[in-house]
Amino acid sequence: MNKTVNPKDLTSDDDVGPLYAARKKVYPQSVSGTFRRIKWGLMAFCLGVYYFLPFVRWNRGLSAPSQAVLIDLPNSRFYFFFIELWPQEVYYFTGLLIVAAVALFLMNSVGGRIWCGYLCPQTVWTDLFYAVERFFEGDRRERMRKDKSAGALTPKRLSEIVLKHATWLMIAWWTGGAWVLYFNDAPALVKELLTFQAPMIAYTWIGILTATTYVLAGYMREQVCTYMCPWPRIQAALTDEWALNVTYRYDRGEKRTSVKKAAELRALGEHVGDCVDCYQCVAVCPTGIDIRNGPQLECIQCGLCIDACDNVMTKIGRPKRLIGYDNDINIHRRQEGKAPIYRVVRPRTMAYSAIIAAVGGIMIYVLATRTLLDINVLHDRNPVAVRLSDGSIRNAYTARLLNKSGHDRVIAIDVDGPVNSTIHVVGVDSVTPDRPMIVIPRDTTSELRLLVTAPAEGNPEKSIPVRFRVTDIGLGEAASTTDNFVAP
Amino acid sequence: MTDHQGEFDSVTGRSTTGHEWDGIKELNTPLPRWWVITFYLTIVWAIGYWIIYPAWPLISSNTRGVLGYSSRADVAVELANLDKIRGDKMVALGAASLADIEKDPALLALARAKGKTVFGDNCAPCHGSGAAGAKGFPNLNDDDWLWGGTLDQIMQTIQFGARSGHAKTHEGQMLAFGKDGVLKGDEIVMVANYVRSLSGLPTRTGYDAAKGEKIFADNCVACHGDGGKGNQELGAPNLTDKIWLYGSDEATLIETITNGRGGVMPAWEGRLDPATIKAMAVYVHSLGGGK
Repeated sequence: MNKTVNPKDLTSDDDVGPLYAARKKVYPQSVSGTFRRIKWGLMAFCLGVYYFLPFVRWNRGLSAPSQAVLIDLPNSRFYFFFIELWPQEVYYFTGLLIVAAVALFLMNSVGGRIWCGYLCPQTVWTDLFYAVERFFEGDRRERMRKDKSAGALTPKRLSEIVLKHATWLMIAWWTGGAWVLYFNDAPALVKELLTFQAPMIAYTWIGILTATTYVLAGYMREQVCTYMCPWPRIQAALTDEWALNVTYRYDRGEKRTSVKKAAELRALGEHVGDCVDCYQCVAVCPTGIDIRNGPQLECIQCGLCIDACDNVMTKIGRPKRLIGYDNDINIHRRQEGKAPIYRVVRPRTMAYSAIIAAVGGIMIYVLATRTLLDINVLHDRNPVAVRLSDGSIRNAYTARLLNKSGHDRVIAIDVDGPVNSTIHVVGVDSVTPDRPMIVIPRDTTSELRLLVTAPAEGNPEKSIPVRFRVTDIGLGEAASTTDNFVAP
Repeated sequence: MTDHQGEFDSVTGRSTTGHEWDGIKELNTPLPRWWVITFYLTIVWAIGYWIIYPAWPLISSNTRGVLGYSSRADVAVELANLDKIRGDKMVALGAASLADIEKDPALLALARAKGKTVFGDNCAPCHGSGAAGAKGFPNLNDDDWLWGGTLDQIMQTIQFGARSGHAKTHEGQMLAFGKDGVLKGDEIVMVANYVRSLSGLPTRTGYDAAKGEKIFADNCVACHGDGGKGNQELGAPNLTDKIWLYGSDEATLIETITNGRGGVMPAWEGRLDPATIKAMAVYVHSLGGGK
């Protein structure tokens, strides 16, 4: 970079020019084949889950919502089938995000950008919007022709445009609508939305997500992947020579010639490439690149060029998979005339799998053993200790008792600390003064003020550890926590 | 910057600004158009802002803007909304008896929350933010009460204060036995040691217990009672326990007996609404020392 250049020798290549590159509009052609079918299937699955999951019911009794997946923000609860999480259990989401990130790495080290090509919402919705566009405006050539002759706005052309955008907006609106259903009882909210009685916030969110879906899938499309998304950059740094990526087989493809010429040359016994330079792989590409130029940042590895090339190869009677999933090692091996090798099990994939298994295992263990009863205690800071008129010492604590279960509980509170200490709960006249009992309603927390009093005699220490234990009288379930008892 | 027509840099071929230093001419590098347009738009935006919102300072006020917006009015609206939300609950609090408030977990939580806030605003300067008190200002966490520690007694003290000048205030104070010439110096020392002996504190050498008791019986029992157990009607403290408002050392006691004591607590009736005073009484009672 730091070579000295005489200004007079500057060429246009040395001048970086503007940093802005005008967009080249992409008109992907429709294609059929294995990968197209996989994409249709995954699109149906992903959209089906997204759009209909809020309507799945799950019986939790009368006290809790009956929606299988629900983020209940006003009551700070997250419901996922048999799991109910409280805000303080947000670490489960942390675990989930770690697993998701490492799963992405694993996918990448096995099969490249599987996420980008098949599962990413940007890909799924863009694919859907392209299908709509194709349905109303025709395939690649027709769309290119119509865009060029924009001046001729015939009634037919106008109706195509209107119908396309109306359908796009309907899909976008439904996308935003499904989103808000995850935050409220879906059937009830749908009824409210249709009768215009839903809260303003619901309409606002639907509006925002309608706009983002419409703009991202209808207009920005591959620009999101190329310029906005960080994953292509991260992916490029994480990939290795063993990872399968959508690849053009140079050894088979080069030199490119026409079908006719290839036949003639082959008859003469000369080596000719299978690529007939038909540009079908470029025509179907949703990011508008040429896969024959090697791995590129823009390539989302959706496999549609594989389908396009396979169709051509079948037609001209050559073997399929001139473009296919292959790794970097094989590109070089093939050029040297060696057999391809594949290796899925290797240190990298093992490490990723181990991390997923470890984090997933910890999460399942924590989830399986989590208690539905808990106590947190906070010592009064001011004053930390109070001397009473008979010389004994009192410490006050604020305790929060959590009952995460679906039924009311009767809880007994025991304190184990200074010699001869007694406990009192403010506002509670218990029939058992040494062991106060209180009722905590289901799915709530109760804040209590606990007073622990101990005689100065027999407790010479300045600070004595004290344990608070709560026990469910009916079920025997218990939880405890520790703090300190201090002298003034 | 102005583009000097015809002045081009021979190396890059770009126009110059015409400015020259030491034979080096500055190239004309205009800002991107979108940047310039955005800059002008911000100026237009600012003018619109001046018109719509309060903006320019005047001598004693400022321009109000055509919308008449004021952040102070926003706060007033928010506070009014808050009162509306709390209204029903505070009405329920005002209607319930003090004892019932402590038994109802929801009302107790409300009273404690409200009481804590109001205590911080009004009582903390003397009693401390945690109600731990200070010399001359009672600790409200302990079980020693000058004017009584039941819910009703605490509420009465908050309502009318002590020596506050209110018609219903608590009255009664420690007389200045020394200053007023009732007791002489050695008698004060004697009775001070007697008072210390009541709660088991050591006395000075040469102290005559019989003399001290005699002086105490003649001057102090009227308020502090036989045996110095105190009298909550008069705010006379119990002298036999471990809690001392001003201090239990001999010098402090001599000072107390010589100059007298009479701390003042203001009356809160009229300054705070009845429901708030109730909340405060429950809060103080629930600190731990309530009877």
